[in-house]
This record gives sequence, C-alpha cells and structure tokens, in this order.
Amino acid sequence: MIVTLVKIELFKIFKKWRTYIGFIAIGILVPLLHLAMYLEGQKSLDFITRGLRDSFILVGNLLNGYWISYIILNALTIHIPFLVALVAGDLLAGEATAGTYRVLITRPVSRMQVVTSKFIAGTIYTSSLVLWLAIMSLVIGLIVFGTGELLVMSPDAIIIFEKGDILWRFILAYGFAALSMSVVCSLAILFSSLVENAIGPIVSTMAVIIIFIILSAFDVQILRDIRPYLFTNYILQWREFFYNPLNLEKIIKATLILSGHILIFFTATSIIFKRKDILS
Amino acid sequence: MNSSENVIEISGLTKHFKNVLAVDELEFTVLKGDVFGFLGPNGAGKSTTIRMILSLIFPTSGSIKIFGKTLLDNRKEILSNVGAIVEKPDFYGYLSALKNLQILAKISGKVVSQNRIMELLELVGLKDRAKSKVKTYSHGMKQRLGIAQALLNDPELVVLDEPTTGLDPQGMKEIRDLIIRLSKDENKTIFLSSHILSEIELVANRMLILNKGNKIVEGRVDDLLKSKVLKVTVEVDKPEEVKNILQNTQWYQCIESIQGNKFYFNLEQEDIPALNKYIVENGILVSALVPVRSLEDYFLSITAQAK
Repeated sequence: MIVTLVKIELFKIFKKWRTYIGFIAIGILVPLLHLAMYLEGQKSLDFITRGLRDSFILVGNLLNGYWISYIILNALTIHIPFLVALVAGDLLAGEATAGTYRVLITRPVSRMQVVTSKFIAGTIYTSSLVLWLAIMSLVIGLIVFGTGELLVMSPDAIIIFEKGDILWRFILAYGFAALSMSVVCSLAILFSSLVENAIGPIVSTMAVIIIFIILSAFDVQILRDIRPYLFTNYILQWREFFYNPLNLEKIIKATLILSGHILIFFTATSIIFKRKDILS
Repeated sequence: MNSSENVIEISGLTKHFKNVLAVDELEFTVLKGDVFGFLGPNGAGKSTTIRMILSLIFPTSGSIKIFGKTLLDNRKEILSNVGAIVEKPDFYGYLSALKNLQILAKISGKVVSQNRIMELLELVGLKDRAKSKVKTYSHGMKQRLGIAQALLNDPELVVLDEPTTGLDPQGMKEIRDLIIRLSKDENKTIFLSSHILSEIELVANRMLILNKGNKIVEGRVDDLLKSKVLKVTVEVDKPEEVKNILQNTQWYQCIESIQGNKFYFNLEQEDIPALNKYIVENGILVSALVPVRSLEDYFLSITAQAK
C-alpha cells in the first residue's frame, strides 16, 4: 500500500503547477549564471586569484564546468529551501485546504501510511530538484566550459583538485545537499501538519531557516554555544567534500545530525497527524 | 435482534472540542438494510458523529462498532466496506473526475476495475465529462462525483452526509431514487444525514433526531410520525363563528394561525374527527380538512420540546 500511496503522492505533486516553479527557476537562473560566467567569468576568476598570481603561475583551464558548478552550488543552496518549502509545505495543509483529507482518510489507509508516503514523496521531489540543479549546473557547465582543475579557497588553504579527483566529490556533495534539503522538506511537512493553509508552513519554514542562519552568523559566545543545535549549521557542509584531506568525522557527524532532524520531524509529524481531528 | 444484523452500534459516544460538548453520550444502532435518517438542526452534532464513524475525528469517549467490530482496532478492514460523502464534496480540482476516481480506487481496499469506474460515472451522469478537470465542475456535478466515489468499493455501508445539498430538484430526486435503489436492489445499508427533512421522510425507514449533541428520538419513521402532531388545515365558511365556538375549548390552544377562512391547527391524529364533529355540530360548514404529515413539523416540534 505504501508504494501505491507514494506513487499517488508523486502523481499529485507533479500534476501541480507550483511543483515546476523550482525547476523553472533553476532552469532559467543557472543558464543565466552560465552566460554571465561565459562573459565575465575570467574576470571573476582573475579577481579571486589576484593574490595568488603574485606567488604562483596558474596554468590550465581553471574557468571550467567544475568551478562554475561549485560557484553555483555555493550561491544557490541557501535559496533552494524556499523552492522545497513551496511544495513540501503544501503536502498536508494542501489536503486540508482542498478538503480532500475527507476522501483520503476515509479510505482504508492508516494515517501513518499517509504521513510516510508524503515524506517519501516530498524527499523524492526534493532530491529531484537537487538533481536538476546538478544537471543544469554541472552537466551543462561541463558541456559549455569543459573540464579542468578545480580551484577551491578553503578557510585556511587554497586547494587545487586534479581533473580526475573532482567528479566523485560533486556526486557526494549533491547527495549531501539533497539530504540537507530533505531536512527543510521534513520541517515544512511538520508545519504543514499543524495548519490548514499552505502559506503558513512555507513562511514558517523560511522564517526558521532565516532566523537560524542569522543566529549562526553572529560570532558571539552565547550563539556559538547554540550553533551546533541549529540544523542550518550543517546545510552548507557539502563544502567538506572539497577540502583535502576529507574530514570524514565531520561529514559523518553532519550526516547523522541532519538524518536525526528528519527522523525527529517525521516522528513529530506522525504523532501530530495520528491524533489530529480532521475538521476541514 | 441478532447483533450480526447491527451494521453500526454507537455506545456512549461523546465528543468535546475544548469546552464545547458537540456530541453527548450518543447511543444508537443502524441495522442491516436500513436507510437510517440522521436528523438535526445545524450544529446538532450530525457531522461530528459522522466524522467519528469514519475515523476523521476521535471520540472523547464511547465506542463505535461497525459490522460488529470496534472501529478503533479494525479501522482498515471496516473502511474497505464503507463508502462515504462527508459534508461538501471536495476532490483534487487539478485532476479529472476519472483520475480522481482512479486514485481513490487504488486505495479503496478492493480491486476496482476501469469498467466499474466508468459505470459509476455513467450512473451519476458524468461519463461525458469524465476527463474534465474537477475544478471546472459545478457544485451539483461535484456532489454527483461524490456519490460515485462513495460507491467505488461497492461498500456494504454507505454514509451520506447531506448528499443533496446544492442540487436542483431533479438532482435531488435522482439521488433519492439512487438511495432507494441501493437499499432495495443492492441491499446496502444507508446512513443518511440531511437537513432537508422531507428527504428523510421519503427514503428512510428508521431515523434518529439529534439536537445539541443529544439524541431526541430514535425509531421507525412510520411509528414516530403516526403518534405525533400533524399540521391540519381546516377551511370553514364562517371563520368568526368558529373562533367564537372554539374560544373556550381545548381546540383553541391548538390553533397555530388563522388566515382568512383557513385555520391551521397542530393536532394529534386521533383528535381530528372530534374537532371536525364539534365544528359541524355547531352549524358551520367545513369545506376542507387537510392533515399534513410533515417530518419537518415533527422535527420542529420535537426539537422545540427539547429546548
């Protein structure tokens, strides 16, 4: 039954116009960034590496698909949550708004199955959005700009990855980004279970993310102490895949914390939804 | 009565919404093959009760048994044999009627063929619009689609919450005919809530009246109506004289209103011949005497008593 429910949820998600807003936004934005990089990318690269050129001779194709994709991933991962919340916030609240809880819950399916199928479908949507970002930025980037070495400025070092040492890092980074965005998705579904209008969960999810990011940005002791408990602190840790050597402990910790958040949000949603009186 | 013939058994059913008591210690039984009318004014607790029967909301206390099994422990099994419309019919507006039914069929707990879906769409007169998006449907069309979805899994028990709301007279008649057909031809048990009281009178064999969450009365429609007050119109040739001769009698209190030469009485069935005799014996010509057996009047009188 759960497979059937997930298929139905995915069908419903991909039949809605709002689902494609994220794909269209990425589909427009990323090629625009590619065009900008095509026209001005060398200047940007020169600006970034101006300090290095005094001491090193940089050769090869540094303005390549990998570098462009890295820049795009840096720029967009903070904006993707809105596109995720737009759909995930509607998953339960949308049923309440439309009044379709009544035809759904009066069927012989358990509420747990309904919540689970929505979480799975939401995660699939989220992952497909990240995959779309990967295709648009990395695949098209490689086609337009070709391959080359990847120059990464880490907090305490400048790292240049060889051509053959990059793709697996991107695959894992996008995988990690999908996990991060799934936390956003599950938070939006949790909020979605509390109300009967999708606007609330979308706005609330973004508000939480913005507040957490602001709290993470201030470098004062009291906020430094609570930072480890803010899931937004781990969202950008896909960057760890582009440090050398890999800090596996940090990556595993971040992965576990993000997964734990999904589990907590899922459990909370399940408990709330199982006890919820459907009055819509 | 054999308990296996009880389709719905409600016992001590109570629902509080914070400090509001919506349903209070409700007890009733729906028997196999019943068309059970569930009546009550707005806010009586009808929809709350229906939502509890369909597990949309949870009782504060009490028990619900359907097909002899407790709903709480056998929800899936029970719901696979129940079809329902709850309040207004809502569907996924961005999908066609056909797709809506196909989706719901997949989770109906039974194998529902494409033919069955098309038959139902034909039954409710939507076959030609099967592929139109539901958001383009009128309320009446959605209501008919609601009936189709309620019958998808060929349920033994059909719960219809105000199924004729928003329908035109022709549509209302079609639904009534369908209910009678489902009951008589397909031996389904129908739990029908309605605020259109004549609807219940026309189709139900048993009924319950609910007011402020409390059961006012339950029984066979015929029996309940037989013993109760009728609205009787008496047309006379000398209304002023009638007024005078009734002035000091028990009948005077039974007059609801007087319009020209028509007197409207609220009378018990057995009092009608005596009234007629009394008026005629006083030399007044009674040109018409029309008793109206209205469930609505009965309903109003019974709920007024409850107040």
